[in-house]
Amino acid sequence: MHIILPVIIIGIIGIIAGFGLALCSVLMAVKTDERVEALRAELPGANCGACGYAGCDQYAEALANGEAKPGVCAPGGASVNAKIGEILGVEVEMARPVAATVVCNGSNEHVKEKMNYQGIATCKAANMLYGGPLACSYGCIGLGDCARACVYGAIEIKNGRAYIDRSKCTACTACTIACPKGIIKMLPTDEAAVVVCSNCDKGAATRKICDVGCIGCMKCVKVCPHDAVKVENNLARIDPDKCTACGECVRNCPVKCIDIIK
Amino acid sequence: MSRIIIIVLAGILTENMVLSKFLGICPFLGVSKKTNTAVSMGIAVTLVMLLSTAVTYPIYSYILVPNGLDYLQTIVFILVIAVLVQLVEIVLKKYIPPLYTALGIYLPLITTNCAVLGITLLNFTNARITNYVDALFNALGAGLGFLLAMFIFAGVRSRLETSDIPESLKGLPITLISAAIVSLSFLGFAGIVG
Repeated sequence: MHIILPVIIIGIIGIIAGFGLALCSVLMAVKTDERVEALRAELPGANCGACGYAGCDQYAEALANGEAKPGVCAPGGASVNAKIGEILGVEVEMARPVAATVVCNGSNEHVKEKMNYQGIATCKAANMLYGGPLACSYGCIGLGDCARACVYGAIEIKNGRAYIDRSKCTACTACTIACPKGIIKMLPTDEAAVVVCSNCDKGAATRKICDVGCIGCMKCVKVCPHDAVKVENNLARIDPDKCTACGECVRNCPVKCIDIIK
Repeated sequence: MSRIIIIVLAGILTENMVLSKFLGICPFLGVSKKTNTAVSMGIAVTLVMLLSTAVTYPIYSYILVPNGLDYLQTIVFILVIAVLVQLVEIVLKKYIPPLYTALGIYLPLITTNCAVLGITLLNFTNARITNYVDALFNALGAGLGFLLAMFIFAGVRSRLETSDIPESLKGLPITLISAAIVSLSFLGFAGIVG
C-alpha cells in the first residue's frame, strides 16, 4: 500500500505544474506572424537549402520578415512560389528554372582507368586515393554518391557514369554538394548546348585518356554564330544566356563532347 | 550575516559548480564562445537555480521528509526543474526575445543541466545549509559561480581564437585542456572558506 502515497504526491505535483504551465503559455502567448505558418504550409518541406536558408521553417520566417526574396524555392517550382507571392502580396519573379546535369561524358568505354580500385565504394573515398580510379582526374567516378544524395530518385549510375533525369530534378543541389569532383552543375532547363566535359588538361593529355574529353581545339568558338562559346583553361564553356541551341557547335565538335540538353 | 557571506563565497569560489564539482560542463563548453551569450546563459542558469531551490526546498522539507519519501527527491526535483525551465522559456520569449534566440537550444537544455539538479540536491548534503534562506543564498552563490566560470572561460576562448594552436589540438581538444587549466587555477581558492 505504501506505493500509493508517492504516486499521489508526484501526480499532484505534476498536475499543478501542468496546469500552471498551460496557464502561463496562454497568459504570456507571443503573437507570431500568422503568415509564417501559412508560408510554411505552402513550402514543400524538403529542407533542401536551395533558398540559402537552413530549412523551410527558417525560409518562411525570413520571407515573413521581408529578409528573403520569394521565387527561389527550387523544389516548389512556379506554383509554390506563386502562392508565396499571394500570401506576401507581391509579384514573384521566378528565378530561371534550372536542373542538375553531370558535366562529364566519361562512361567506362570512353575513359581509361589508372588503377583497379577495390576500396570503399563511394566517390568521396575513391577521390581521396589519388583522385579516384580514372585516368581523368576531373571526371565522374561513377560510384553513386549523387544517386544516394538524391531524394527524388532522379539519378542513375550506368556504365560508370551518373545520368540525371532532368524531369525529376527539383534543383535542390543535394547532388552538387555530394559530388567530390564538383561536376554536377545547375543548368537552365530551356534548350541549350552544353559542353559535357570538365577536363582542364591540355588537349594532347586529354586525348590520351578519354575519347570524349574536350581538347580545347577552339572549333566551337569559331563556328558559333552567336558568340556564346569561350575556351578557358583548355575547356570550352557555353554561355546559356547567349546559346540558341542552333546545333552548329554540336555538329563541328571533333570529339563529340557537346550535347543539346533540355 | 557573515554565515551568508561565507555560503555565497563558497558557492562562487571553493565549491564552484563547474570548476570544482564538474557539473554543468555541457553549457560551459557549448555556450562559452562569445562573452555576451556566456553571461546571458550564466544569468539564466542562476535564475533557474534560485527558482528551483525556492520550490524544491519546501517540497523536500514539508512534503517528502514528513512522509518518509526523501528517496523520491531526484525524480521530483527533475520534474520541478523541467517545469521551471519551461516557465523561464515562456517568460524570456515574451519579454526578452533577443536573449531567447541567442541562447537557442541551450535554454531548454538547462532542464538537463546537472548543475541545476546538483544544487537542489546538494542543498541537503551541505553542512552549512540549515534553513530555507541559507539554501537560497547557496543557490545564488552557485549560480554566480557558474556565471563567473562562464565569463572567465569565454575570455580564455576568445584568446584561443587568435593563438597559434597545433593542428591536432584545434577545436575541442584545446578547449578541454584550457578548461582543465582554468579549473586547476580555482584550486588556489581551496581553504579560503572554512
